[in-house]
Amino acid sequence: MPRRVLGSGAPVDFAPSPEHELLRQTVRDFAVREVEPVVAQHERERRFPSDVVAMLGPMGLLGIPFPEDEGGAGLDTLAYAIAVEELARVWGSLALVVAAHTSLGCGPIHTAGTPGQKERFLVPMAQGRVLGSFGLTEPGAGSDSGGTRTTARFEKGPGDGTWVIDGTKRFITNARYAGTYVVTARTGTRSDGSPEIGAFIVTDPTPGFSVGRIEEKMGLHASSTGELIFDRCRLPADQMLGGRGDGWKLFLRALDGGRIAIGAMAVGLAQAALDASVPYARQRQQFGRPIGSFQGVAFMIADMATEIEAARLMVYRAAWLKDQGRDHALAAAQAKLFASEVAQRATNAGIQVHGGYGYMEEFKVERYLRDAKLTELGEGTSQIQRLVIARRLLDLEVM
Amino acid sequence: MQIVVLLKAVPVVGTERLDAAGRVDRSAGLEPNGNDEYSLERALTLTEAHGGEVTILSVGPAAATDPIRKTLAMGAARAVHVLDPGLIGSDMAATARVLVAALRRLDFDLAFAGADSSDGGGGLVPAMVATQLGLPYLSYAADVEPLDGAVRVRRISPGGYHVIEAPTPALVVGTQLLGAPRYPSLRGIMQARSKEVATWTLADLGIDPATVGEAAAGTRLLRTETPPPRGRALVVRDGPDAAVAQVVAFLAARGLA
Ligand SMILES: Cc1cc2nc3c(=O)[nH]c(=O)nc-3n(C[C@H](O)[C@H](O)[C@H](O)COP(=O)(O)OP(=O)(O)OC[C@H]3O[C@@H](n4cnc5c(N)ncnc54)[C@H](O)[C@@H]3O)c2cc1C
Repeated sequence: MPRRVLGSGAPVDFAPSPEHELLRQTVRDFAVREVEPVVAQHERERRFPSDVVAMLGPMGLLGIPFPEDEGGAGLDTLAYAIAVEELARVWGSLALVVAAHTSLGCGPIHTAGTPGQKERFLVPMAQGRVLGSFGLTEPGAGSDSGGTRTTARFEKGPGDGTWVIDGTKRFITNARYAGTYVVTARTGTRSDGSPEIGAFIVTDPTPGFSVGRIEEKMGLHASSTGELIFDRCRLPADQMLGGRGDGWKLFLRALDGGRIAIGAMAVGLAQAALDASVPYARQRQQFGRPIGSFQGVAFMIADMATEIEAARLMVYRAAWLKDQGRDHALAAAQAKLFASEVAQRATNAGIQVHGGYGYMEEFKVERYLRDAKLTELGEGTSQIQRLVIARRLLDLEVM
Repeated sequence: MQIVVLLKAVPVVGTERLDAAGRVDRSAGLEPNGNDEYSLERALTLTEAHGGEVTILSVGPAAATDPIRKTLAMGAARAVHVLDPGLIGSDMAATARVLVAALRRLDFDLAFAGADSSDGGGGLVPAMVATQLGLPYLSYAADVEPLDGAVRVRRISPGGYHVIEAPTPALVVGTQLLGAPRYPSLRGIMQARSKEVATWTLADLGIDPATVGEAAAGTRLLRTETPPPRGRALVVRDGPDAAVAQVVAFLAARGLA
């Protein structure tokens, strides 16, 4: 029997359930056998992995933490984190596609959708028939996500009326390949002068909606990051998600969950660097002995492994808190902050262990570093995570 | 149609280790035997197409629970796990006797097995089982087609295929040609939680412990050796002319041409 920690009421048990273990093995087998062989080519050609994504749906990998009646697989956030980690261990781009779709595309509809909205939008997404995406960031609204300029103007009319959306979103993951976009727009101004922000569900195609430029990025070449353009895009009133003015809060809440997935992605990328470095350090000989027998190299590997383990536990704990229905905002921000910075260090060390070979594309470790950098930026930069954490601790308006 | 799949839990390929007694260590880190998974895959597609259910039958150590769970997540309806400390060290003949005793307690039209196991590699158990049960034995199956009260198998032969038919119940030994095993779906993983895994002991099967296990084995394990690591392979990808030159040079360098 696991020993109970005094007071907490929760047994400390670090053994994953057999289901989580089987899930990890399944995703790992799938990633190694079906995904790995196509990674290099997609990355080189900057090609979105539509074929691979199509395989994920039937396996249940595009709706892991959602209940079955919402089209999901009925597992939990921990399972989702494990799956994203294992995908990232083989392919960062694919992990990001899944994370953005699940946490950010599906997440808000799961949280705030009406039964009708869930049936119509979430079920096909969670079943993997339609890819989801999340449009918060704008040219002038990055870290300051409340600075949304995109507007939604209500027009009375047939039915319950329409919302007319105008504006541009930037750096939106899954742009062009998604069928359903959840986006924020200003619906007005509150009495205190602050913007009132709503969330809207936009399906592609909708007149007035288009995808603009797709970015050329440092890494994650096979994932798509692009612009969403709204030009008098008319949406029926029932495509507003949540109540009027609930949008921003809803998005921040989605980000709390999303950070767990980005943390998991960071752990997966860091683990990939370690997976590559250990055998390399054993095989590569210099000065007549394996480079792993030099402390200078061995200790890099020891540090990588130690930090990765700590990051993984933080991510799993944040996931566990969410699954328990407990406040996970702080834990998620901490996990994402720590894991992304671990990923940065570990993937960098991965190159160092490989020496000049690590700098060559053929050895893949350089890709891990480029891909890992995103985890320090997306879903709130490391500075923003520190803000979130510090505000909670200090209870001050830290800026 | 009821299909029983005989499935062995083997160490994850590439991670095999020997225990202190020199036997393959099966205490942890097991997976379904790869060849058995081809047969399982076909059993699942057959029952999906024609109705019926797949039952897994596995004789193995406690750690076989994980691979058994995987087969349930893939779609098998239930499993029978024959688990008994007396079974440790059993040879192929004893294992076959246990499987026979278990199969006598199960209702089936077809029993499926894999060609051989990745750890033991004996490949004789299915034939022993079929013989002892008096079942038609259809091996090297590249295709399996159920007929009314019978089964038709496309059997790989040295020169091509034999198409053979036998009345059911029958025992079919599959090959890779039956198709790649599916990955468990996440929903399957969840559903597996509520599927039945019956654990049967030697006593349940009415088997005298003296007839199985290491002491009763008709074969003795004298010594085990880890094969030397394989040499580096030369993969030739050039066109025919350049390839021939490379292959000849390779052989010549080793005094073989
Ligand atoms: C590959 C990729 C995919 C993305 N996918 C999506 C997506 O799907 N949906 C979406 O909505 N967005 C997405 N984004 C956008 C991402 O969330 C933003 O880029 C991020 O929030 C930062 O905003 P910014 O780029 O405008 O940088 P800025 O906000 O301009 O930040 C610049 C620098 O200033 C710092 N900074 C800003 N404010 C503060 C402060 N108060 N205190 C201290 N430092 C501060 C930042 O930390 C950073 O170092 C994606 C971005 C990338 C790169």
